Amino acid sequence: MNFARPQTLNMPPAVSKPVEHKLISGISIGEKEDSLALDALPVKLSVVDLSVYYRHFKALDRISIDIPENKITALIGPSGCGKSTLLRALNRMNDLVLGCRVEGQVILNRKNIYDPDVDVVDIRQRIGMVFQRPNPFPMSVFDNVAYGPRLYGIRKRSILEDIVESSLRHAAVWEDVKDKLNQSGLTLSGGQQQRLCIARAIAVEPAVILMDEPASALDPISTLKIEELMENLKNEYTIVIVTHNMQQAARVSDFTAFLMINEDQSGSLVELGPTEQIFTNPQNQQTEDYVTGRFG
Amino acid sequence: MPRQTLDREIHHLQDEVLLLGSMVEQAMLNAIDALKRRDHEAAKRVYQGDELINEKRYAIENRVLILFATQQPIAHDLRLLAAIMEVITELERMGDYAKGIAKISLKIGEDDTPIPTREISRMGDLAVGMLHRALGAFIAEDVNMAFRIPKDDDQVDELYNQIYRKNVAAMIANPDIIDHSNYIMWVVHNIERMADRVTNICERTIFIATGELLEIDASDDEWDDEDEV
Repeated sequence: MNFARPQTLNMPPAVSKPVEHKLISGISIGEKEDSLALDALPVKLSVVDLSVYYRHFKALDRISIDIPENKITALIGPSGCGKSTLLRALNRMNDLVLGCRVEGQVILNRKNIYDPDVDVVDIRQRIGMVFQRPNPFPMSVFDNVAYGPRLYGIRKRSILEDIVESSLRHAAVWEDVKDKLNQSGLTLSGGQQQRLCIARAIAVEPAVILMDEPASALDPISTLKIEELMENLKNEYTIVIVTHNMQQAARVSDFTAFLMINEDQSGSLVELGPTEQIFTNPQNQQTEDYVTGRFG
Repeated sequence: MPRQTLDREIHHLQDEVLLLGSMVEQAMLNAIDALKRRDHEAAKRVYQGDELINEKRYAIENRVLILFATQQPIAHDLRLLAAIMEVITELERMGDYAKGIAKISLKIGEDDTPIPTREISRMGDLAVGMLHRALGAFIAEDVNMAFRIPKDDDQVDELYNQIYRKNVAAMIANPDIIDHSNYIMWVVHNIERMADRVTNICERTIFIATGELLEIDASDDEWDDEDEV
């Protein structure tokens, strides 16, 4: 420009000459800066081409999914999509179902848990489970937590006491029950019972904890306590949770897997991704339809 | 189909955004028209009408917040509602630019120094046209259109530069009109900023459709080009 600008004028600035329009910066919503890329994380459990049949009915169709270590992975999907079947297949709970047959592999520490030489009791020690309804055994709080360690051969009272206290503390229920260790577990509130069941699950020091709708029978405050507890537990354990409550999946999980029902009524995996992405910008239209409530 | 309530609310909000947009477009055209015709009554109406634009913006914001609280929108719904929050803020600021032009009309008052009405009208038409198309693209989630519209900003900037050069020359020739010329610069500055803000709406359109948070060429932003200032 040829004209000097008078210094005394309070004038808006000149606009620069037209410049090329280009994109200069950007991020994708749901992307984390320290990118939670699934393939960059250590895998704790690896499901490979897993199909589950109940007699002639195929419930799960060739599921492959890597469960990352020390993360919470949520399984979501409509009723009947097979998410609970998948969860139960992860510690061979389906063995107890008559006519149930499993194809494919679930690999823990480079070993397929369905190999014939694998001891199922050993598997369930390393992969614990917490159920929808709190199910304390009809025995004292102490004996509930000590049940597993005793089963695995620990007899010494002082060691059992240490395990019970540490497990109850980890399950954030110690302060509630420390004066009632000899009372029946059934006398506790629903939320306390569920945390007692979590204490019982971690007393045998599993690597993985499976949770099948662990808070769906609880009131909102107890639910929040369980969710906070999960956040703390993941530092030491790998957690897989099945939940119907999508807001819960969004709140607690690091990764979310969406399962869907195929035309033959079998369930298959549609999308697995960082939870932030699944709930802000899912990559698959079926996932979008489900999480936004359009499915049906 | 479930979730009819959320769909209905979202459609309603989209209508409200379009309504707010047309209030802003009209305010800008009326403000420029009042300046051209030196119609102080019309300028006053634009100045006071800004209150309605602000109220509409807060009403929309309120509804979006209620939907966040009660419907927990996610994925596309979440991106759309978050984008509406951004877009209504942009629209409300554009309304302030129209109000600013109306205020300048009143300040110029009876001063009959010539106003470059043709260029100003042309700038206003371009900026309002950009806004109109940007809102259409916003509702249709038309990414291609959203990328194209900001390019029209070049014409607005070119007119701005023309008026700037003429004004500076006129002020050097006749220092008595410095006040008046300064007012005219603020008018065209407001129109130029309006066109810039249309780009932000286009960015939100791209965000809704793709999830990408990006900036379309910010290098012509207000204080960016130091050597021209």
